[in-house]
Parts: sequence; structure tokens; C-alpha cells
Amino acid sequence: MSAPQIHIETLPRSIVLLLVLGFVALAAFPFVGSDFYTAMVNRMMILAIFAMSLDLLQGVTGLVSLGHAAYFGIAGYALAFITPQDQPISLYTSLPIAVGASALAALVIGFLVVRTHGIYFIMVTMAFAQMVFYLFFDNRALGGSDGLYINFRPDALLFDLENKRVFYFFTLACLLLCFFFLRRVLWSPFGRALAGIRVNEHRMRALGFGTFSHKLAAFTLAGALAGLAGYLWAAQTGFVNPELMGFHLSAHAIMMLILGGMGNFAGAIIGAFAFEYLLHLFKDLPDIGAFRMGKHWQLWMGLFIVALIILAPKGIVGLLNRWFGGSGTRQGGEHG
Amino acid sequence: MAERRTALQAQGLTKRFGGLAAVNDVSLALWHGQIHAVIGPNGAGKSTLTNLLSGDLPPTAGRIELAGQDITGWTPEKISRQGLGRSYQKTNIFRSFSVWDNVRLAAQSREQPAPFNPLAWFGHAEHMAAARERAERALELTGLSARRNALAGAASHGEQRQLEIAMTLATGPSVLLLDEPLAGMGTAEAERMIDLLLRLKPDHAMMLVEHDMDAIFALADHLTVMVNGVVIASDAPAMVRADAGVQAAYLGEAH
Repeated sequence: MSAPQIHIETLPRSIVLLLVLGFVALAAFPFVGSDFYTAMVNRMMILAIFAMSLDLLQGVTGLVSLGHAAYFGIAGYALAFITPQDQPISLYTSLPIAVGASALAALVIGFLVVRTHGIYFIMVTMAFAQMVFYLFFDNRALGGSDGLYINFRPDALLFDLENKRVFYFFTLACLLLCFFFLRRVLWSPFGRALAGIRVNEHRMRALGFGTFSHKLAAFTLAGALAGLAGYLWAAQTGFVNPELMGFHLSAHAIMMLILGGMGNFAGAIIGAFAFEYLLHLFKDLPDIGAFRMGKHWQLWMGLFIVALIILAPKGIVGLLNRWFGGSGTRQGGEHG
Repeated sequence: MAERRTALQAQGLTKRFGGLAAVNDVSLALWHGQIHAVIGPNGAGKSTLTNLLSGDLPPTAGRIELAGQDITGWTPEKISRQGLGRSYQKTNIFRSFSVWDNVRLAAQSREQPAPFNPLAWFGHAEHMAAARERAERALELTGLSARRNALAGAASHGEQRQLEIAMTLATGPSVLLLDEPLAGMGTAEAERMIDLLLRLKPDHAMMLVEHDMDAIFALADHLTVMVNGVVIASDAPAMVRADAGVQAAYLGEAH
């Protein structure tokens, strides 16, 4: 059976079912969950958007970026800079500005980094993200290490984002739009070219594809969507600090994709929720004598990820595909 | 002699790797409707020559013209879009894609929308009619239609060689550079490939790098012999066969 070689691009029925059930659960959650947990799930949805944006690079195009948080943070900071002290700013001007700032940063940095391959790409994306991190960390004018406060959530005119439940559903709508948009991109001529670049970039060039411009477009689009996530995060939490563009968030996003499964965007969503859930689970572990298990959550998370890579190298999506079958292996021109 | 239209012309092509001249002052021309075979022992510079013509390697010196346009120093993707298609000696396919996806993707390159154009993100690649048609035709020509759903990496060696050619054809090239298309093929497969090359001949200018002398004498209109990066003979195959110097340098070993 040659199935293990195939990237899971067509979603197996079991995953589609899980996504539908998950969506229903997400839509119902604010009516049953407490404010505390609703805010937490809201943040998980934002991280799911962030993980999907990285999946376009890592899962589809095969470009592993260790600096993706930079574009998450830049949009958040953009919102902080343009929101006045005493009144909200319009959603319809601030969102394009913030997402545009991230896209522009990704375009400029991407122009320099997408020429590199493999480990070099990982290193330069991380180097640029660290530069952005320290630019904000070291400059008092940019908020310094303490960051900046955002006193008002953006003003949407038609609905009130200050209302936690409205903001929650706004985030959910963004999550769904992103998912369907990226699924569409996956099967578009652009998406097929990106998949070709992942599998065999050399042959793509011999066939006449401008791989540089395709990778740069993917990097920019991924940066813009990461910016959307960062914008929502800043709007929800009401402050930004350099941690938003830090190495840890970039690394967490990679782990989310490994956990969920790459290249189909469903894995990114599932991985983001699973990662955040595990993170809280591990942080809440009880103490055993003098050993504070919860404090060392990164150790448990690390062990868990290692075990998962050994047992289920294609993440949760791959595992479900193996258990429940379905049409997850793409064969020829047919797909659903 | 029939009218000969030059499709590709190389003059004084040289590639040096350090002190070694892998290809040294090679000039050759490919004509529409003709097959130009290139032979030579291993290390003669045949694959390097192919890589220079396709843009995979930049030449150290010399000039290449494709359809009357100077393409020296162009990138492989630009040369490909100018109408040159090449296959590789070492099978170079998308192993984790199906046979159909390999060929469809190759065909798609001719209608590929600009990557920064948002409209390119919404269309469906399977719905590109012209590309589908060229892909179907390439599968048909190479006899792979029945294997369209097979995983390319799991196909037999012969099928992978056919796929290699099918992908090249799917881009609709006018000039074909085929690097040992018969390598490792069984007798029946090789015969089918020779048949295919004969069918392609009228509409293409072809350069064929090959070791199989029987195939070459069955196919080629012109034969160039390379040894140590240098052309030692270039003429009609029968003339080359009669050449005493070539016999000594190359053919003699085989016959």
C-alpha cells in the first residue's frame, strides 16, 4: 500500500464529520461556557487561524518558517498604534491597515528569504523574526518590553465587538472564512503549483513555473493571514507585547501543525485546539512532593510531541484517516 | 535536402567546472522535423550540454539561440516558456502525485496565472480546459492513459520514463531535449518509445542523447559524437559510422 506517501489533501469523511461537530460545538459554546472559558476558546480560534496561515507555507509549499509570529505581532502592534487613546477606530480601516502591514513585512522579508532552501530557510526566517522582536523589545517608542495597551476594540458599526459574545462569533466567522478560502486556494492553479514546489521544485522550474514568485506570493499571503490572527488577538486581549512576535509562538505554531497534520488546513485547526488544550492540561498537573509537574509543562508537551511523531507522523488527521478510512488518499483527478 | 528551419542553435558553448571543461566549444543546431542524436562515452559532456541548453546550468562561454532569440543565461523556467521541453536522464517526476496530476501540472504551466493575482487563488486547477486537453493528449501519446490514477512513485521504471516524456510533451514544446529516454527500458517498452519519437518527429526539433546505437540509427537524421567535452564528429549517421576516427574513439569499443 502506497498510501503513507500521499499527503492528505482531500479530507476524509471522518475529518469532515469532526469539523462539522466541532463547528456546532464552537457555535454553542458561548451559551453554555463561562466567560473565562469562552475567552479561552476565542483565543484558540485565533491561534487556529494563525496555524492555518503557517500551513500554507509549511504543509502546502514545504517552507518551514521559524519566524511566522513576526507577522502575527506586526498586525497587533499596527492596531495598537492606530487606535486612539480616547475612542475606538473603525474595523473597516484598521483591519486592512493591520493586515496590510503584516503582508508588506512578509513581502519585503520574503523577497530576501524565499531564495534559500531547507535549513537555511528555517534559520533566516527565524533571524528576521528575532530582528523584528528586538526592534520592538528595545525601543521605548514602540512600547518596549512592556508593550502597549489598546483601550478600545475596533468599532464595526453594524455590531458591537466590545460584547464578548459578538467578538466570539466574529472570530468564528473569520476562522470559517479563512478555512474555506485556504481550501479553495489548495485546489487552485496557484495551490497546485505550491504543492508541486513542495514535491519537486527543480522540475517545476524546468516545466516553466516561476517558483520564486510563487513562493513569495505564498509567503506574503501567509503573512497577511497571520496578521489577521494577530489583529484579532490584540483586539481581544487589549494589549500587545513583544512576546506576540517571539520565538515561542512561532515554534508553537509548528507544533500545532505537527500535532494536527499538515497540508489540509483541517489539521491546523485541530492541532491548534489540541495543542492549547494539552498546554492547559499539562500546566494544571498536580505537584508530586516537591516536584511541580505543572511548571514543567514544556517537558510533557515535548514528550507528547515526540511520541506522536513516532506513533502518528501525519498527526491527528492522519491517525483518524488510518482508523476510520474514508477518501483521504487522493487518487488521480478525482477528489471530493 | 528538404528545407531546414533552425529551431535551436548553439555556438561555441563551453562549461568549465574549475579547471575541467565538461563541454568545450560545442556548436550544434536542431532543425524542425529532425532528430539530432548526441552520443559519446560516459563523461563526454552530453548531460552537461543538455543542462546548458535548458538553462539548468549557465554556460561559461558561448551563445544559444531558440527560435531566433538569444536565450543565453536565461532561467530554466523562461526557456521552458519559450518553447523548449526537456526530459531527464535520472527520472525527475512528482513521486507523491498521481500520474494524471504530474501531467496536468506540467500542462498547467502554460496557462498559469500570475501568483500575486487573487483571481488565481479561486479558480480550480482541474477546470483548466486547455491544460486538461494537452495533458490527456500527452497521456494518450505515451500510452499512460490507463495508468492515470496510479501513484507516480509506485509506477514501474518504464512507466516513469514514459511519464517523464509525457510531462515534457504536456507543456507543448517545439524543441525537445531528451536525455536517454530509453535507459533501463525493456525491449517492448523501448520499441514503443521509438515509435513515439517517430510520431513526434514531424512537429518537433529534437535532440536525443542516447546510448542505444540501434535506436539512433533507426531515428536520427544527424549524429554528433562527443568525447571529453569536445565534438569529434557531426554528420549524417551513415557518414559518422564510416568515420575511422570515430570508430577508434567510440564506436569501435561497442562494435
